[in-house]
Amino acid sequence: MAEPLAQSGAVAGTPTPGEVGPIRTVLVALAVCGVCALVLTGSVVLLRPYQLENQRGSSEARVHELVASLPGVSELVAEIGGAELELRTVELRTGHLAPSVDAMTLLDRSDASEGRLLPPDRDPAGVGRVPRYAPIYLLRRNGTLHTVILPVSGRGYGGTLRGHLALAGDGETVRGINFDEHRETPGVGAEIENPQWQALWRGKRLHDATGALRIRTVERAPAPGSPEAAYEVQGISGATRTSRGVTELLRFWVGPDGFGPFLARLRAGEKA
Amino acid sequence: MTSPSLRTLTRPIVDENPITLQILGICSALAVTRRLDTALLMGASLTFVLTLSNVSISLIRSQVPRGIRLIVQITIIATLVSVVDQLLRAFAWELSRQLSIFVGLIVTNCLVLGRGDGFAMTHGIRASALDGLGNGLGYALVLALVGGVRELLGSGSLLGQPLLPTRDAGGWYEPSALLLLPPSAFFLIGGLVWAVRSAKAEQVEEAEPVPEAAQPVPGR
Repeated sequence: MAEPLAQSGAVAGTPTPGEVGPIRTVLVALAVCGVCALVLTGSVVLLRPYQLENQRGSSEARVHELVASLPGVSELVAEIGGAELELRTVELRTGHLAPSVDAMTLLDRSDASEGRLLPPDRDPAGVGRVPRYAPIYLLRRNGTLHTVILPVSGRGYGGTLRGHLALAGDGETVRGINFDEHRETPGVGAEIENPQWQALWRGKRLHDATGALRIRTVERAPAPGSPEAAYEVQGISGATRTSRGVTELLRFWVGPDGFGPFLARLRAGEKA
Repeated sequence: MTSPSLRTLTRPIVDENPITLQILGICSALAVTRRLDTALLMGASLTFVLTLSNVSISLIRSQVPRGIRLIVQITIIATLVSVVDQLLRAFAWELSRQLSIFVGLIVTNCLVLGRGDGFAMTHGIRASALDGLGNGLGYALVLALVGGVRELLGSGSLLGQPLLPTRDAGGWYEPSALLLLPPSAFFLIGGLVWAVRSAKAEQVEEAEPVPEAAQPVPGR
């Protein structure tokens, strides 16, 4: 590490006592650690409220951004007269809406301790623990379900990706996708924030006619009009692991351990 | 300000720029210079860390036993970097998400430890502060140049403001995809090093002496 440093630092020997006893060494090390620990703890504790506020604000803003970017939704909202999103709770395993659980408290609770730990072979997206209940947003038009917005998360390249998946009321067609939390490489994996890339997902379908789960990212954009074009989206170049992470997390959350039971109810035409 | 201290501040900005002369801190210079705003914030973060780490190290330089000096220095640097990371997440949320892990990686930036051990250990607090500030600004300057060129030619914009209308947006400019990829920063920094050394010939390093054994034997 200590490269020969250009001409600046005079290469005089340290003016400090070169040899000191072990007790002194230990004391200095302890003192440095103590001061550093205090500074660190102080900054974390003092800044925590600001960070939480940012996080919450950002998540809310992203949901609204996602809603605003869905085609036809701003008109819809204007038509209903500033209709707000309905925040509801889904019990993941059964896919039923759970009226007794307050979705707001779910949003606030950061730990997923009350949930099910996934065995590694059922967890390709690196989700870890699946909560029992999950908050979702519903947007209705004239009483019929127009859009459902599901929170999704999974392992990316640099850390956990968190975002939202918007599906049409049929529980099958993607209306939009966004990410509001990630630690991906700027300019590469962080392109999952790029609205142009997110727009590629619009209109894609989750399953083919046989019911097989087909949605995924691929290296080359599928030819327009080809059968694959209905399910496949070109991944981000240079960000193979981020793109794969997005595929896995989407497939997980629309699958049996995620919102699969809920979406199956939607597809079967059950009223949400 | 007296002229020697002024020189301590200004020398690392061009004449002894940490990136172009000492070729330190290249890794982050490649990673965060795709856009100008992240490059500027990274430059500011590193300047902050470097100045404070130089001051702290200089402050305790006579107390630190030689045997553990690098450990002490890296502890101080790591603490400051974590504080910066927390500060950015509290007050520059959007940009801190763009920089993600690269703020944390300032710890491993050779530049910070290099100035701490090479300068602050042997100089007073004031000189060390100026040296840290100067080196930080020198680093930030190169990052800003590279980030500016890459954003302008790679995305047709500066600080997110479109300047060259791109084809995608119906304009004439076809953005260079190469400049969006990390290797392009190597080319730009290489070009910059070449330009600086052409203008200031004294920065050109002497050719390394060839070890005797490796010298070509005449007649073979």
